[in-house]
Amino acid sequence: MGAPHGHTLHFHGHSWLHRLPAHVKLVALVVFMLTVVATPREWYPVFAGYLALLLLLVATSRVPPTYLAKRMVVEVPFVVFALLLPFVATGPRTEVLGLSVSEHGLLGAWSLLAKGTLGVTASLLLAATTEPRALLTGLERLRVPTLLVQIMGFMVRYLDVVTDELRRMHVARESRGFSARNPRHWPVIAKSAGVLFIRSYERGERVHLAMLSRGYDGRMPR
Amino acid sequence: MHVPDGFLDAPTSVATGVVAAVGIGIALRGARRELDDRTAPLAGLVATFVFATQMLNFPVASGTSGHLLGGALAAVLVGPSTGLLCMAVVFLVQCLLFADGGITALGTNISLMGIVTVVVGWAVFRGAQAVLPKRVSMVAPAAAAAALVSVPVASMVFVALYAAGGTVDIPLGQLTTAMVGVHTLIGIGEAAITFLAVGSIVAVRPDLVYGARRVLAARTLQIRESVR
Repeated sequence: MGAPHGHTLHFHGHSWLHRLPAHVKLVALVVFMLTVVATPREWYPVFAGYLALLLLLVATSRVPPTYLAKRMVVEVPFVVFALLLPFVATGPRTEVLGLSVSEHGLLGAWSLLAKGTLGVTASLLLAATTEPRALLTGLERLRVPTLLVQIMGFMVRYLDVVTDELRRMHVARESRGFSARNPRHWPVIAKSAGVLFIRSYERGERVHLAMLSRGYDGRMPR
Repeated sequence: MHVPDGFLDAPTSVATGVVAAVGIGIALRGARRELDDRTAPLAGLVATFVFATQMLNFPVASGTSGHLLGGALAAVLVGPSTGLLCMAVVFLVQCLLFADGGITALGTNISLMGIVTVVVGWAVFRGAQAVLPKRVSMVAPAAAAAALVSVPVASMVFVALYAAGGTVDIPLGQLTTAMVGVHTLIGIGEAAITFLAVGSIVAVRPDLVYGARRVLAARTLQIRESVR
């Protein structure tokens, strides 16, 4: 299961990477990752080149490497999967540290780890150097449908409000002596989810009415 | 669990990206029909809700816990088109702002956990509604059936994608057994939680549940003798 999400990953700064328009960064990220994914996994020096390029970008962005390293935990489930690969894959077998492992699996694990790590680092760098607002403008410049960008805008705007609501409900449950330990406690948590939906939906209706009363006609003002 | 970069090869990633884009295009038209100009704020808030419920942990046993995927739940609560848009936006935000799920795998993630779960979930839900008695109390069981089927089907589609564009040759039989086995268990959990959540919403505000609209519309006004 995915790691819990904290606050957005943006790291305030003024480097050239922070100032670069978001759509340029987005296109660069997609092109870079497609190239990485399409690179044959036996080309080891090329991967070293990718890593060097990425580390150079991290260095010039002045985002502390420890800040990024801590957030690499999202990758953990796949590291576990990659470590299992050599034991489950088929093909000719070889000996590593006295264990019989599959050659294909070993190569696959390497490729998954290398490409996955490059992907997570590059995505983290984009998230760290780009404000959510700038990202939305960038997506709009890239001709992503306006409605989709608007939905994403509302989501980004209300993310903290709704997760805070969830946190308050959690505090309220705990302060009444409730702690979820086994599936018998699911009805309580599911009811919290139900209440959260009703509150979110009603908030959406109120936001829509407030927008209408300020002259909203289906388009966002520039 | 999100598919990372490098799990599927580049052609498969691009192909699923195209599928995701087409799906979102169709959903954008459908959502305008479901919500007209309320689409942006309402879908935005519902997407936030889906994101937040994925943070809600359900304890399973001895310290392990799981969370909802939410595809079938979103489809039942706000309709298939809006639900699909919400799921797509959730994956977009998770990918771009939280680095969860690779950018080249974004199309795969949206196709698998957005399009497949929403479409299969909605189809099963409508099917179950056709079979079950037309009562408001039957909305939650139908939603549970939708959740139960949607998760293993998504895992089967993943195995099919892996057979087409996987980067490591794991024996497909074993992969299918493992993936479908695990996801059937996840599907059972998903069904239980969806059942409880939809049940609690239908009990309070049945008018907000898209899947309950037909049942509500079919209800006739009953004037009962009052007790004096």
